Amino acid sequence: MNNLKKPQKKKVLLMGKSGSGKSSMRSIIFSNYVAKDVRRLGATIDVEHSTVKFLGSLILNLWDCGGQDAFTETYLTSQKSQTFSDVGVLIYVFDVESRSFEGSNPRDLLTYTAVVSALAEYSPSAHVFALVHKMDLVQNVFRDQVIQDRTLAIQEYSGVFGKRLKVYGTTIWDQSLYKAWGDIVKSLVPNLHIIDGYLHDLAKETSAEEIILFERATFLTVTNVTSELGECNPYSDRQERLSNVIKTFKHSLSKYTHSSTASHPFTEIAIKAPRFNLILARLTNNTYVLVILPPGDLEIELSRFNIMAAKDRFVELDIMGWAARDTEKLEGKSNGRIKDGR
Amino acid sequence: MSRNDGDGEEDSPKPDDKSTASISSAAHEETTQVNALNGGLEPGNFLHIDHKPRLLLMGLKRSGKSSISNVVFRKMAPHETLFLETTTTIRKEAMHSFMDFQVWDLPGQIDYLDPEFDAESIFGGVGAMIWVLDAIDNYMEPVSRLTETILHLQHSYPDIKYSVFIHKVDSLTEDFRDDTMRDVRQRITDDLYDAGLENPPITYYGTSIYDHSIFEAFSKVMQGLVPQLPTFEALLNTVSASCKFEKAYLFDVYSKVYIASDTTPIDMKAYELCADLIDIIVDMSEVYGWDRGKDQQETDPSKAVASQSAESFVSNIKGYHLYLKEINRSAL
Ligand SMILES: Nc1nc2c(ncn2[C@@H]2O[C@H](COP(=O)(O)OP(=O)(O)OP(=O)(O)O)[C@@H](O)[C@H]2O)c(=O)[nH]1
Ligand SMILES: Nc1nc2c(ncn2[C@@H]2O[C@H](COP(=O)(O)OP(=O)(O)O)[C@@H](O)[C@H]2O)c(=O)[nH]1
Ligand SMILES: [Mg+2]
Ligand SMILES: [Mg+2]
Repeated sequence: MNNLKKPQKKKVLLMGKSGSGKSSMRSIIFSNYVAKDVRRLGATIDVEHSTVKFLGSLILNLWDCGGQDAFTETYLTSQKSQTFSDVGVLIYVFDVESRSFEGSNPRDLLTYTAVVSALAEYSPSAHVFALVHKMDLVQNVFRDQVIQDRTLAIQEYSGVFGKRLKVYGTTIWDQSLYKAWGDIVKSLVPNLHIIDGYLHDLAKETSAEEIILFERATFLTVTNVTSELGECNPYSDRQERLSNVIKTFKHSLSKYTHSSTASHPFTEIAIKAPRFNLILARLTNNTYVLVILPPGDLEIELSRFNIMAAKDRFVELDIMGWAARDTEKLEGKSNGRIKDGR
Repeated sequence: MSRNDGDGEEDSPKPDDKSTASISSAAHEETTQVNALNGGLEPGNFLHIDHKPRLLLMGLKRSGKSSISNVVFRKMAPHETLFLETTTTIRKEAMHSFMDFQVWDLPGQIDYLDPEFDAESIFGGVGAMIWVLDAIDNYMEPVSRLTETILHLQHSYPDIKYSVFIHKVDSLTEDFRDDTMRDVRQRITDDLYDAGLENPPITYYGTSIYDHSIFEAFSKVMQGLVPQLPTFEALLNTVSASCKFEKAYLFDVYSKVYIASDTTPIDMKAYELCADLIDIIVDMSEVYGWDRGKDQQETDPSKAVASQSAESFVSNIKGYHLYLKEINRSAL
């Protein structure tokens, strides 16, 4: 039983043609770069390994695989088993501007096919996410069409992963990046339903229209609870917009305080507006919680109190790791990814 | 490190069913304070509605004028300026803060110095001119065009204040940026000196739409147009002293331009922090400020009134706090 208290390790492969933007997105999501900083990055030589702790329960082993032809060649030959075994997730990045995507010689897709078949051989249960990146270079009106077309093409070349594959259009210049990475990481967090449960409890104690749990360092969404009223909100991209804008604020904060971004930059942001109250508060070592409430001074004070009260429960999870907690609560149930409905 | 106070001030009041009706009493009080100040000034200052000060954006084509105007006044994301087409007519942006003024984006290809041209319609009533100069392009031509323009306008419109935005500096390394700025300044000063103009009223800024520098520079230019600047500064000094704020800014929320600050030294990083907080507030006010219809009306109206002017507090940034209070009505 002891091993259940240990966080789960997941290997994440980041692959795609050189210059497609792999290191750029990784630096923004995990290393506190802002979009304009990525120009400083050089081409990745071989594989850059990094380890990222996500919540208390998940350790991501990121393999940022340099995409120049010579490197790709070795991943598919001499380093094949080493590269493709034990993979939890493959993130394959396509440059939307690439000239070798379609046509008589669709090199991007052919390389991709070779990669997914190697993956099918060594890690058949892995998840595959395809990101069509640099969407900012496509004019707004054409974006949906481009994504539709590319999705079909990529699916066709995905072999056994074709059905489970998820495709996202992304750019480092807006929240689309946070949408994609939020979903990727969510597919890996063990026992998300337990966290969900606690969040629902918290929701019941407040008059919240929406509660969102964010991971502290990346500000990616872990999970959320939305009331019936909240479901009517016409802005469906609000979670990733928040991730994006808070991340930028955090970046300025760390410049301002000269502190590492790993530390807690602030305790709480509160906004009192005519139509809503917002509290974004540090919940545990690894999380921030966002609560959207009806307007009025009383609401905000009450909720602050409820968040404080809920803290202990979440903190307990933080320390023990969610996996351990899971076995206590759901004895006899398997420890698989329950949230995963695909 | 400092304690900051971003004071909110907002652009064009968007008609909005409920919030127009009931502006909170607190907001009224503070607005009145500001108005009272206006009354104390000598008459004839250009704050009157019928006399909007004008700010001109000039420079060669592709130097970045339309990009600047769109990023600052229309919240366009910087990378989207790549899709901007060449401007062929004068584009006018109106900014309604407690000071109303206009920003005119002048297309680069028109020869404004042509005697046929109705100069008065453009340059009459201008408070400031911003000359945008592309730092990554050859700057010989823009420098000589600028000096020609200044010399031409100097006699008829001696009160225009000039700012040179040495623009797109994000593309230059730090060393090169400083060299470029020094060189541009030297050339302009020399050219004007040779033509007999000493100590021209020009201020230089290195700017980029990809960071806060464009907002910072615009703030400084705007402040040059606010005749009551000393009064605002004194007022903010008082606020800072009595509330123990380390720094207080008066912001136009929508453009993130600050109209005044107290007179303690400006910390660029503190300004950036305030600007980023404003981004959060504006963004969240958009996505969570949607009209909830009758559901929301059911809440106690007395409660709703209490927050008619937006307010935000960020606590415990290494022991310091950030506070924003909206002073007059806005779309927040
Ligand atoms: N327009 C645009 N450019 C981007 C975007 N993301 C990355 N880039 C640019 O793409 C270039 C290459 O990015 P990298 O992240 O180094 O590419 P990579 O995939 O890691 O390349 P290798 O390491 O050689 O495999 C950089 O100069 C970035 O500025 C995006 O969303 N939009
Ligand atoms: N790198 C960089 N490019 C910029 C900046 N500002 C504008 N640009 C680019 O310069 C080009 C010309 O801009 P535009 O606003 O149309 O110039 P205008 O003719 O002066 O109005 C556009 O492609 C912009 O994206 C900047 O600060 N940095
Ligand atoms: Mg790389
Ligand atoms: Mg233009």
